[in-house]
Amino acid sequence: MAEPVIEIRGLTKVYQMGEVEVRALAGVDLIIDPGEFVAVMGPSGSGKSTLMNIVGCLDRPTSGIYKLDGQDVSQLNRDQRAVVRNAKIGFVFQSFNLLARTSAIENVELPLLYGETGWTRAQRDDAARRALSRVGLAGREGHYPSQLSGGQQQRVAIARALVTDPAILLADEPTGNLDSRTSEEIMGIFQELNDAGKTVVLITHEPDIAQHAKRIVHVRDGLIQQDERIPQHRVERKGIAPPVQPVAQERS
Amino acid sequence: MKNSVQRLGNIAIVGLKAISRNKLRSFLTMLGMVIGVGCVIVVVAIGNGASQSIQSTINSLGTNFIMVFPGATTASGARLFTGNSTLTPEDGDAIRSEAPDVSYVSPQVRTAAQVIAGELNWGTSVVGVSTDYPLIRAWNTAQGDFFTDADVKSATKVAVLGNTVAENLFPSGDAVGQTIRIKNVPFKVVGVLEKKGGNMMGQDQDDTILAPYTTIMKRLSGKTRIDMLYVSARSADSVQAAQNEIDSILRQRHRIGPGQDADFQMRSQEEIAAASASQMNTLKMLLLMVAAVSLLIGGIGIMNIMLVSVTERTREIGIRMAIGAKGRHVLLQFLFEAITISVVGGLIGVLAGVGFSKLVAMKAGWPIVVSIESILLAFGVAGFVGIFFGFYPARKASRLDPIDALRYE
Repeated sequence: MAEPVIEIRGLTKVYQMGEVEVRALAGVDLIIDPGEFVAVMGPSGSGKSTLMNIVGCLDRPTSGIYKLDGQDVSQLNRDQRAVVRNAKIGFVFQSFNLLARTSAIENVELPLLYGETGWTRAQRDDAARRALSRVGLAGREGHYPSQLSGGQQQRVAIARALVTDPAILLADEPTGNLDSRTSEEIMGIFQELNDAGKTVVLITHEPDIAQHAKRIVHVRDGLIQQDERIPQHRVERKGIAPPVQPVAQERS
Repeated sequence: MKNSVQRLGNIAIVGLKAISRNKLRSFLTMLGMVIGVGCVIVVVAIGNGASQSIQSTINSLGTNFIMVFPGATTASGARLFTGNSTLTPEDGDAIRSEAPDVSYVSPQVRTAAQVIAGELNWGTSVVGVSTDYPLIRAWNTAQGDFFTDADVKSATKVAVLGNTVAENLFPSGDAVGQTIRIKNVPFKVVGVLEKKGGNMMGQDQDDTILAPYTTIMKRLSGKTRIDMLYVSARSADSVQAAQNEIDSILRQRHRIGPGQDADFQMRSQEEIAAASASQMNTLKMLLLMVAAVSLLIGGIGIMNIMLVSVTERTREIGIRMAIGAKGRHVLLQFLFEAITISVVGGLIGVLAGVGFSKLVAMKAGWPIVVSIESILLAFGVAGFVGIFFGFYPARKASRLDPIDALRYE
């Protein structure tokens, strides 16, 4: 077995709310291997969001070990975490979080502007175009978010998450703002990307959506309550996405 | 090195795009800078133009001249200016013959009169002077000749007209040889002076009639004292020496001992120039202060908009941070935005300022001197304002927590 992409051991997070200490995470162990498709489920207040923030390197654990792609990232400072986020994590949010009045391709290029690797304009453009075509949006490069449907906006967001070829895709309620048909489409894209080898971590509270993963991790009261492998609910291909081709990273 | 330059370039692109996404707001923010910088340039241009024209007007008064005025007298222990002049034509003669550093001396007596020529009449000031006057003032006749020493000696009724008077009384331009009546006394016009233009106070120097001072005193005013003396020193270096000589001659003639208060005053051309220069500087400082305040307000406007912008774009900042922007990137982006806005605003302000100055010069006919220094200064200040007032909002943006920023609605 290859080295895990995510290796979490004894992770705790304690918030100080005035006089009261709130234990959002009470000692979580979680191993995710490359190529997995994991759904993290739990009711609000379960510590699900806190876990996602730490997994996404937006926050630091109070104690415990978090190794991402072999690198211990649990005690990194702000700037170091920014570098890790840029290189290793592709975020997809519930509310898409695209920059308004910014074209699809410019939104997708955004992570490349902040990377440690210098990308030329042509390289950025090329990578962004390929990421967009992977989510079935070839030809919509110049569209603005206001000109795109919710599903299309979310696909732009997925393309943006893909463009740096991150170790994991971290999707936080990616279908929360979409109708059920569009939700299916989006889950289909995640499945295709996963089929091509991309590790996907999905945070959701909807059981239907979680069924699209291969493994469900239930979080409750800051602990992992249940960790099960499930038969994956496959989305039928409707020819939305073109044949999957791995994004060859031409970095200079 | 190449990478960091490229990344800095990327941040610049990000900032530029943010500006262009909000064109109206960016423009309104710039307006503060445009007005501030434009103001500085126009104000300095007008100030420079005014002081240059005043200097050239002072120079047009004559060369190395000294004006001697009657001063206060001490009568029965009370010191006051009685209105009676203490100067006589003989004082002038004495200065001319005894002071080695003095080249020319002309008394001046002035009276206002309604002057009649045929059907036309014109109210002007009639000034009695000697033949040295045109030499002191560097003022030649355009037509005819100035009156002569013989005219002065015998108090002949001759007159030399200023350009304005000549135009009003003799519109057809045939003034020389004609007769005009000043207070019912007929004078023969022997010459017309060159056009001289306005003086420091804006008075038309050409609205005057020159006649021998002897004629004015005997035939018109009946005065025995003169209003003032025009004296010309031999050279610019001898002005001070000439003043000392005049002082001792007049003290001797007026029987005023050394240390006692003199009953006359002197003003040299240099003193007038210096006094007006210091007045101009005060005015310029005042205007510059106004301009500086408007630059400051422009800067505060930028800071205000940037702060609003940071709050409004909290989510955008969160997104940028989530996908890997470091605090430094966000700081630089907002700083770059602020600097770009103020520098572009400054550039437009320079163009507007120069354009407006030219317009004022053309339409109002004011002398305008646009100085390179003011352009550089205003431009530099604009950049500084951008950095100074952009830094605080930029730092605020860079210190946001990505989790909170992403959650911000």
